Amino acid sequence: MTAMDATSTGTTRAGTRTGPGVEVCGSDRPLLARHVRLTFCRTRQRRILLHPETVVVLNGSGAAILELCDGRHTVAEIVTELGTRYRAVPGDEVRRFLTRLVARRWMELTDG
Amino acid sequence: MDSPFGLLAELTYRCPLACPYCSNPLNMAGYRDELALDEWRRVLAEAGDLGVLQCHLSGGEPLLRRDLVEIAAAAHDLGLYTNLVTSAVGLSRPRAERLRAAGLDHVQISIQADEAAVSDRIAGIPSFRRKIEAMRLVKELGWPLTMNVVLHRHNIDRVADVLTLAEEVGADRLELANTQYYGWAWRNRAALLPSRAQLDAAEVVVRAARERLRDRMDVIYVISDYYSRYPKPCMGGWASRQLTVTPNGDVLPCPAAQSLPLPRASVREDSLARIWAESPVMNAFRGTDWMPEPCRSCFRREVDFGGCRCQAFLLTGDAARTDPVCHLSPDHHLVAGAVEAANTGSRAGDPALVPRPHRARRPDRIPRGSG
Repeated sequence: MTAMDATSTGTTRAGTRTGPGVEVCGSDRPLLARHVRLTFCRTRQRRILLHPETVVVLNGSGAAILELCDGRHTVAEIVTELGTRYRAVPGDEVRRFLTRLVARRWMELTDG
Repeated sequence: MDSPFGLLAELTYRCPLACPYCSNPLNMAGYRDELALDEWRRVLAEAGDLGVLQCHLSGGEPLLRRDLVEIAAAAHDLGLYTNLVTSAVGLSRPRAERLRAAGLDHVQISIQADEAAVSDRIAGIPSFRRKIEAMRLVKELGWPLTMNVVLHRHNIDRVADVLTLAEEVGADRLELANTQYYGWAWRNRAALLPSRAQLDAAEVVVRAARERLRDRMDVIYVISDYYSRYPKPCMGGWASRQLTVTPNGDVLPCPAAQSLPLPRASVREDSLARIWAESPVMNAFRGTDWMPEPCRSCFRREVDFGGCRCQAFLLTGDAARTDPVCHLSPDHHLVAGAVEAANTGSRAGDPALVPRPHRARRPDRIPRGSG
C-alpha cells in the first residue's frame, strides 16, 4: 500500500471510501475500520467503540447500528432494522451517525 | 467517581535512547525493581475489572522487557485495546510477528526528526534507519501506525519534512506533540522551548497539511501550553479517566505525578480497585473541591480542571496552585519569564541539552516470577 492510497486507515481493502466529506447513501455497506474495535464493557454494562486514543460509550441504538455494520448489510437495511427495534430512530439520524464515523475514518463504506 | 478508561503501563524506564525531552523521572534508579510478568498479569486483570478498556504499553522502551509478548497477550486476552508505545529499537521481524499473533492492536513509533543526522543526534544513538524500517514492518504486518514526533526548538522548523516522512511511511496517524516540561524536559526547558515565531510558522504548515491529508492521515497537533492563554485539561481531570502504573508498581493519575510529594500507593501492597477509589494519591485533586482561586469561581473549572497539578508543583512548589500557564494565575509570570527568554537572544547563546542516561541497564536482580 502506498501513502497516496485513499484508504490508508490501517486497512488495505480495495474499493472502500472513507474520510471527511463522504456522504452515506442507502446502498452503501458500512464496515468498521480495522483499527477500531466494538466491544462490551462489563463494568459499565454498555457497548464501547475503541480506537487507539479514544473510547466512545455507545447508547442502545448506537450499538445496534454498529453491530449491523458488518460489510454485508446496506445502510437502507440497517435503517429498516433499526426502525423495527427503535421507533424513535429515524433514518436521517442513522445516516448522520454513520457519516460522522466515516468522517473520522472509523467506518469504511463499500458499495455494490 | 467514574471508572478509568485507560491504563498507561510503564513496563520499564530502561531505554536505548537518550532524548533530552524524556518525561521519565530523573531518579530512574528508584524504579529498577520492575514488576514481574505475573504481577503485570494481575494488574491488567484488576484494571479490566475496574473498567479499563485501553492499555498503553510504554516506558522507557517496553521492547526491553523480554516478556513483552506475554504481557501484550495478557492484555489482549482480557479484551483490552492494546497499544505499544515504542522507539522501535529492538522491533525485529520475529518479535513483531509474535506481537501481532499475541493480539497487539496498534503501534506508536517515535522518531526525533525527518532526517537521520538530526534524529540520531536528538535520540543520542543511531536509530533513524531502524525506526523507518520498523514503521514499514508495522504497516506490512497490517497494524495501524501512529508516528509520534516530540517538537521542540531543535526540530520544530522541520515540521513540513516530518509530515512528508509520515506520508512516505504510510502512517495512519501523526502526532506532533510540543514538548511538555516534566522529567528531563523540565531540566532542559531553556534549551527546548521554541520561540513564538517558530510555533507560528509550524502551525501554518500543520493546518495546511491537515487539510491536504484529511482523507488519509489524522494529524494531531499538541500545542505548546506555555504559549496558551488557558491551561490544558490535563488527563481529563485528576484520577478521572486514566491511571498509570510505573515499572515498580506505583499507581499514579499520570506518569509525571511521581514528582509530587504525595503518599505512595503500590500494586504490590493493595488492589488496583482500592487504590483507585481510596488512596490519598488518587483523591488528592479529584473533582473541584481542592481548587484555590482563581479556579474555584472560574467558568472553566470543569473545562480545564485547573490545568496540570505537576506543572503547578514544578513551577511554584505547590501542586494545589492554579496551573501557572493560565493567564489568570497569580504565578503566570513564571511561565511568561520562560517564554520571554525563549524569544530573546541569539541561537548561538542557546543552553546545551542534557541527555537522559541511555544505558539499557538490566535490573539489579531478576524480577520475581519472570521467565
